[in-house]
Amino acid sequence: MSVIDVQAAITRAHHEEWARVVAALTRRFGDLDIAEEAAAEAFATAVERWPVDGVPPNPGAWLTTTARRKAIDRIRRENKRDDKHKEARLLYDDDPPEPLGPIDDERLRLIFTCCHPALAVEARVALTLRMVAGLTVPEIARAFLVQESALGQRITRAKAKIKAARIPYRVPSAQDLPTRVSGVLAVLYLVFNEGYLATGPDTDPVRGDLTAEAIRLARLIRALMPADGEVAGLLALMLLIEARRTARVSASGELVALDEQDRGAWDTALIAEGHRLVRERLASGVAPGRYQILAAINAVHTSARDTRDTDWSQVVALYDQLVRLDPSPIVALNRAIALAELDGPQVALAAVDRLEDKLAGYHPYHATRADLLRRLGHSREARAAYDRAIELAGNTAETTVLTRRRDQLG
Amino acid sequence: MQYLFSVIHDDSGLATPDEDAAIDVFNARIQAEGHWVFAAGLASPSTATVIDNRGEEAMFTDGPFLESKEYLVGFWIIEAPDLDVALKLAAEGSKACNRKVEVRPIL
Repeated sequence: MSVIDVQAAITRAHHEEWARVVAALTRRFGDLDIAEEAAAEAFATAVERWPVDGVPPNPGAWLTTTARRKAIDRIRRENKRDDKHKEARLLYDDDPPEPLGPIDDERLRLIFTCCHPALAVEARVALTLRMVAGLTVPEIARAFLVQESALGQRITRAKAKIKAARIPYRVPSAQDLPTRVSGVLAVLYLVFNEGYLATGPDTDPVRGDLTAEAIRLARLIRALMPADGEVAGLLALMLLIEARRTARVSASGELVALDEQDRGAWDTALIAEGHRLVRERLASGVAPGRYQILAAINAVHTSARDTRDTDWSQVVALYDQLVRLDPSPIVALNRAIALAELDGPQVALAAVDRLEDKLAGYHPYHATRADLLRRLGHSREARAAYDRAIELAGNTAETTVLTRRRDQLG
Repeated sequence: MQYLFSVIHDDSGLATPDEDAAIDVFNARIQAEGHWVFAAGLASPSTATVIDNRGEEAMFTDGPFLESKEYLVGFWIIEAPDLDVALKLAAEGSKACNRKVEVRPIL
């Protein structure tokens, strides 16, 4: 086997087995710290041994066994200092595993623990990316533009709270499952959105690493919970947005709006997969949740070969459905954008203006107004709205396109 | 495992008869379910005395150690197997006493 093949095998094993190894060890030793460290050591050992010994026939089992040995070594070392009895109990603990919740996979326990509502949202994101996705602390710190030390502390603090406050390592009961799943999905969507439209001025405008990671996690959760409609909905939504990624930033580094994108550059395989999921949810006959409706809206967009073929009445109808579920001003703003295509910019502008109180600090509000005012020929007001949007936007590609639009005003 | 539920008082009124009744119902239930360890309401912070006996002689100071608009007005100590159970009980406790509740594990 060539060096490149071994390298690829290690990367694949890291993608496929990291969460499984961490989850199995957390279960065995009841400690996220030990599990994380031992998993990292096992992968480091693989990097050392596999090029020499060859890739084992069952990499997952090899990694789990190696990690378990590393963990036992560490516990032995620590217990030499304190409690000998605890060591004996840990090493000979052959208790049958606890009965599993409605879903039978160790990795789900890990996901639900990392996304526990008693942890701060930033901690949930960091912990999920570290423990489930296997990103390193420097990688996560770079992704969210925070200091490595601060991010490390965030993770350490979260793990300490899980231990001290005894946040349980289990899949929630059927009764609590829907709210807890939506908490997990919110974490994934946050990771995805940061990749889709990075907030900072000092980073790439679109972060493929983050969107890919969010999709990978969503696929995992989808595989673990195939019957959950919102899980399918979020995965479909991400796929249909990701499919347009390469068309979203122009060669000159501008963010390209949906109606101006080169539709030939869209990823047809991702679109087909997203459409399949949306059709599956429609066929289920179960009332859709937020992510499923958003996925359906994106399915309408990605079904049109030309922007002029977009079925705007369908898009507006879906937004109407979404407003009933989520009456937030941001949803109302997006509905107004679709309304502009159906009933014209004048009607849309009236709808947008009603949102001023709530969205005055939100740059898409000003960008939308600017665009509608430009289409209506109100250059002076459009310019002021672009100014405000540019002032508030952080994403470089977005600032560039807003600036060009403003400067093109007559 | 035991948790301390601190009841945080953040307005001027005292517990109403309705709140007292709801607290009684909640207490009876957690006693029946085996979660109850101890609970008590506290007199106002103005009745507190702080003692510091780390030096040569005990110092007494009139009033609470921290002047604050939000203060501890009562607490529960409950027994629960994990934080999920504790949080569920705390949510019901908060509803019953109509106040914020802070949950902290007892070491």
